[in-house]
Amino acid sequence: MDWHRIRSDFPILDQKVHGHPLVYLDSAASSQKPRAVIQTLSRYYERDNANVHRALHELSNRATEAFEAARKKAAHFIGAASEDEIIFTRGTTEGINLVANTWGTQNLRAGDVILITGMEHHSNIVPWQLLAQRTGATLKYIPVLDDGTLDSAAIETLLTEQVKLFAFVHISNSLGTINPAKELLAKAKALGAVTLLDGAQSAGHMPIDVKDLGCDFFVFSGHKMCGPTGIGVLYGRMALLETMPPWHGGGEMILTVTMESSSYKAPPHRFEAGTPDISGVIGLGAAVDYLEAIGLENIQRHDHNLANYAVQRMGEVPGIRILGPQSGHRGALAAFHLDFAHPHDLVEFANSHGVAMRGGHHCTQPLMKRFKVPGTTRASFYFYNTIEEINRLVEVLLLARKFFT
Amino acid sequence: MLSDDLRDLYQQVILDHSRNPRNSGELPPPCLHAHGDNPSCGDEIDVWVRVSDKGDIEDLKFTGQGCAISQASASMMTQKIKGKSKDEADAVREDFRRVVMGDGAPANEDALGELILLEGVQKFPQRVKCAMLAWRALEQALEGK
Repeated sequence: MDWHRIRSDFPILDQKVHGHPLVYLDSAASSQKPRAVIQTLSRYYERDNANVHRALHELSNRATEAFEAARKKAAHFIGAASEDEIIFTRGTTEGINLVANTWGTQNLRAGDVILITGMEHHSNIVPWQLLAQRTGATLKYIPVLDDGTLDSAAIETLLTEQVKLFAFVHISNSLGTINPAKELLAKAKALGAVTLLDGAQSAGHMPIDVKDLGCDFFVFSGHKMCGPTGIGVLYGRMALLETMPPWHGGGEMILTVTMESSSYKAPPHRFEAGTPDISGVIGLGAAVDYLEAIGLENIQRHDHNLANYAVQRMGEVPGIRILGPQSGHRGALAAFHLDFAHPHDLVEFANSHGVAMRGGHHCTQPLMKRFKVPGTTRASFYFYNTIEEINRLVEVLLLARKFFT
Repeated sequence: MLSDDLRDLYQQVILDHSRNPRNSGELPPPCLHAHGDNPSCGDEIDVWVRVSDKGDIEDLKFTGQGCAISQASASMMTQKIKGKSKDEADAVREDFRRVVMGDGAPANEDALGELILLEGVQKFPQRVKCAMLAWRALEQALEGK
């Protein structure tokens, strides 16, 4: 693969920040966008923009066609059985909230258990806390071991028949841990639990096949995988989606409305009230095309090489503690703590050298508490990053050490 | 190669205060106390203040954790405020706030002394809350909130 040529698909990366070449290491928060996606968005607005569905004019036909084609692409991208299992959302967070507010409210009762893990993003904690408060269900957490993996002994005792829903992150945004999703999902399924897999950090970084994984729900965001912000996908197994009540009411999701009551469309439209983010959906479709042309296996391999090299090189910095798995089996990020600089001071310092990283709790406050750190600095990678950029990161970390000590 | 803005933000005096905070620790009761935090970044400061019957700040100490700016600002604040009346403390806090916010008015350098070194924060708007954290806690402690 010619990764340098692929990098040149991203116009934003070719710029200087504070006099230094930009080194963008914050893709876990939001990835950059290739020209193909940007051009798809402008072409849509310049040629095809109209509201989707129902109208019979040419532009609306084109917009609708592109919109529904993107649904097919998204379905293929994650191995869904049908495009009707793809619900467009604003992102991962909204997808989880939709499940909590529809399936969750309908099915959970006092005494039921919602099982999550100690490494969840706030978006996979708070909706379940709210659901537990509404229904009287109990929220339990699988503990995280010192090496950043889930406590498998605790899983055996926590994953019981009382668990009605098991939701967990595929790749941790704070540790880089890749959870053994297929194995965990099979265990949960054998006990009759419904499962949700948070793919915010895995979609676009590795091949995803929801049928092979065996999850009931899979959620991800477009903007972390080269797509626009404000668009994401909730995949749900049709047998479940069909039983779920609507969440938001409005246009697009109804069959008939009388003054007394309404009847609703079948999934996925039942869950897509109002005018959708049409350009976002079409842009997401373009991102899927772009990633599939490179190949998800290739991206996964490159991610893996970058993360491995980063962890190995960053280990050379005195006073560094890298959280999460120390082996090569990790997602495309490395979060760390330095004994000589607070994350915000380091991020400020790195920024003045053109290196973009994120410092703080990364929306995983319980995990920061678990590892007894107020926050970490996170360098996260995507296929457009290079070995040279990781060398630059290490150089800047060593400069920071000189500066702050 | 370091930018001038960054050098201004992290001057040696500021780094020294963050590494070796002055007036670090707690005061025994009776005293006023307040806790301040910036939940978005995890910075925390606890301030303990002993005020005399006349309303003078006889002693103050702090504990905390966080970035160099929040900790240095706290350390420098304790040195500046010790021995001042409540009204004087309020005035210094207002002068300091205006300097870090960068409101354009000339700084009251005589009143601020070493604190003027934190002026560099005004080029980093996201760090204003770090510089103000200890001062907000002090205000709360003095108001008995």
